[in-house]
Amino acid sequence: MKASKKEFIAETEDLLFECQQYVLEIQDTYLTTINPDTINALFRSIHTLKGLSGLFGNQGVTDLSHAMESLLDDIRLGKIPVTEDVVDFLFKNIDHLRSAVDAIKEDKEKDLTEQINDIRKFRSSLQESSGSLEIKGLIDDSILKVLSEYEEHRLKANIKTGNSVFLMKAVFELATFDTSLEELTKKIKAQGELISTLPTSSDVPDGSIAFNLMFASDRQFSELKGQLGENLEILVKPRSPEKPPAKKQEKSIKSSTATVRVDIDKLDRILNTIGELTLAKDAVKRIAREMSEAHLLSSLVRDMHKISQTLERKLTELQDEVLEIRMVPVGQIFSRLAQVIRRYSREIGKEIDLELYGEDTELDKSLAEEIVDPLMHLVRNSLDHGIESSEERKRNGKREHGTIILRAFQSGNHVVIEVTDDGKGIDIEKVRAKAKEKGLIEKDKEMEDRDIVNLIFTPGFSTKDVVSEISGRGVGMDVVKEKLSALGGFIEVNTIRHKGSTFTMTLPITLAIIKALLVKVGAEKFAIPLTTISETIAIEHSDIQTIEWKDVYYLRGEMLPILSVSKIFHITTAQQEASFAVIVGFGKRKLGLLVDEIIGQHEIVIKSLGEYFKGVSGFAGAAEIGRHEVLLVLDIESIAEKSLMRQEGVSHV
Amino acid sequence: MIKSILIVEDSATTRALIRAVIDEMGDFNTVEAASGFEALKILPTEEFSLVITDVNMPDINGLELISFIKNTPRYSHIPLIIVSTERSEEDKKRGIALGAKAYVTKPFKAHELQEVIKQSIIV
Repeated sequence: MKASKKEFIAETEDLLFECQQYVLEIQDTYLTTINPDTINALFRSIHTLKGLSGLFGNQGVTDLSHAMESLLDDIRLGKIPVTEDVVDFLFKNIDHLRSAVDAIKEDKEKDLTEQINDIRKFRSSLQESSGSLEIKGLIDDSILKVLSEYEEHRLKANIKTGNSVFLMKAVFELATFDTSLEELTKKIKAQGELISTLPTSSDVPDGSIAFNLMFASDRQFSELKGQLGENLEILVKPRSPEKPPAKKQEKSIKSSTATVRVDIDKLDRILNTIGELTLAKDAVKRIAREMSEAHLLSSLVRDMHKISQTLERKLTELQDEVLEIRMVPVGQIFSRLAQVIRRYSREIGKEIDLELYGEDTELDKSLAEEIVDPLMHLVRNSLDHGIESSEERKRNGKREHGTIILRAFQSGNHVVIEVTDDGKGIDIEKVRAKAKEKGLIEKDKEMEDRDIVNLIFTPGFSTKDVVSEISGRGVGMDVVKEKLSALGGFIEVNTIRHKGSTFTMTLPITLAIIKALLVKVGAEKFAIPLTTISETIAIEHSDIQTIEWKDVYYLRGEMLPILSVSKIFHITTAQQEASFAVIVGFGKRKLGLLVDEIIGQHEIVIKSLGEYFKGVSGFAGAAEIGRHEVLLVLDIESIAEKSLMRQEGVSHV
Repeated sequence: MIKSILIVEDSATTRALIRAVIDEMGDFNTVEAASGFEALKILPTEEFSLVITDVNMPDINGLELISFIKNTPRYSHIPLIIVSTERSEEDKKRGIALGAKAYVTKPFKAHELQEVIKQSIIV
């Protein structure tokens, strides 16, 4: 992709994200107190998008954003009232714009004629006269004539709702007026709506500039005078003083912050460099150690130690800071899902209450992008097949409205995201019967309910007759599971018949540099991501028991399944009486991986194994350590799954 | 002496476009302001032969800027052109009433803007 096109895409994506946030804010507030600044900000974002796409010659996006701009102009001028339909329509068209931009990414162009016509029709069907209010004579003409049509509308709207209009004159030094004026406008915006800021040079000392600030507020003149100072006069008194004061706007317009947009690829490259520097740091540490062994504690050796420690500390700081930059709040994804849930539930005629928790939880930007699709799948699944129709819910004594809860929280080095619905839950008996029919479990073998439910994640399981119950739309849950596994995460499901289901996704916070435990099996060394490990223990082989083909070890009274890494990968090892068990967990389940030796902790950068090894399972990638030594990183999820499936069923610790 | 034109526009891309159109004319130097506030700070720094401004800007709008320029004896002689996407006839009328020489609607053709600039500076 050319740099300019890349820039264009990045800027339009940012703008569309902004637009979506504004529409969400409008959706939250339109029934009570809608903030005109939000509508105006949305109008401006679409306006900028139009200008930008016009400049880059994308006619479709230009025309569609132009149509949107006209609609929003009518809305901000009060010609079209904001209703639920309007909010839905705005969401829908932001989606159209997004998919048009996505098409540009792939050098395609979408035909948007239908959407543009839809907007025109929608607009003309809703336009209404807002009724005129004569303001000439109420306010000085010199102020009135500088108001744009939008500002005049805001002035009238405020007078109509019974707010007073005030004028404040402020004189500042020309060199510093912008910062002082910014402080004053903040104070004014806290009291009401700023309508006009008219600069003037009359009656001011040389080197100064004055501003006439006109604003509307529901506050009393005396109260405002106390807050803002003496230079205040009232231009229009409230029309109906009995009117209850309007609800104070809680959300202020998004202020511009001192931030820059950084391409995630650039951050990837920085992390890569940090990864390579980490290797160099390890080499310095090793040389320092070897020097101290050879030359004892000479001043040179002490210096070397000191510098290697500083290097280590600074590298860790640098790495933490870069990782911090990559973090984004889960709320960004939730708001996209909220939009889908809202629109889609209306399409299929189900009333859904959506609850969001933990939107501030942060995770790596690349991961955030990757989990949108799996999450979207889970959400649509809940909507389509989890939550029953209103009639069915009523029949079963449930609330007519279904509920979907999206919850995110941090748990150690993981981010957990849950999708919960209060629908009908998964019919375990149906899944069991299907699994038997497909030969996934032997006819005479019984499995625990929990393990039966997990079969929905098996590839090819989602066949037509159970699709309506568990997987929906024919897209298997195996795709979701596979995706999460590729990201170093995993998914679990908890379901109660007629009560609902919770799908829990557990993900590492970042995919970049991770801490790993290096272990040795025979002559081979492996790395196990620390995020998957709960503890390591030494165990005597004689304490391992075999129960129904399963190797197990009783740990604190609970049965822990045991897998030997040497057996999994057919590695020859010397006969030993004891081994180390690295206890790895996937969700609430755990198992012990037997290894010969534990080398220690190490920071690693996981590199892909490339196309040639694509079919090889059991490894998440490779990492380089020490003296250009390359070792394989174990993919705990896939190892556990394969081995445990062979062993039939897993117990809990 | 090369004449200077002040471009007041909050969209960086539109600013760049207007600058390119003026650069093509070869006769003028351009100075850019990303907001009305910036324009107020730049105005005393040199002699401008023309101000081109947008209407819809976040701090002070283009009409307020025009009113300020026309009511300040030091600047009142400077001709003004409004370049805006505002389709509103109302805003156009107000801009002209406040003393703007011309109103160019975005998106504009390069030669249209060039013609309006030439005429505004000569007249």
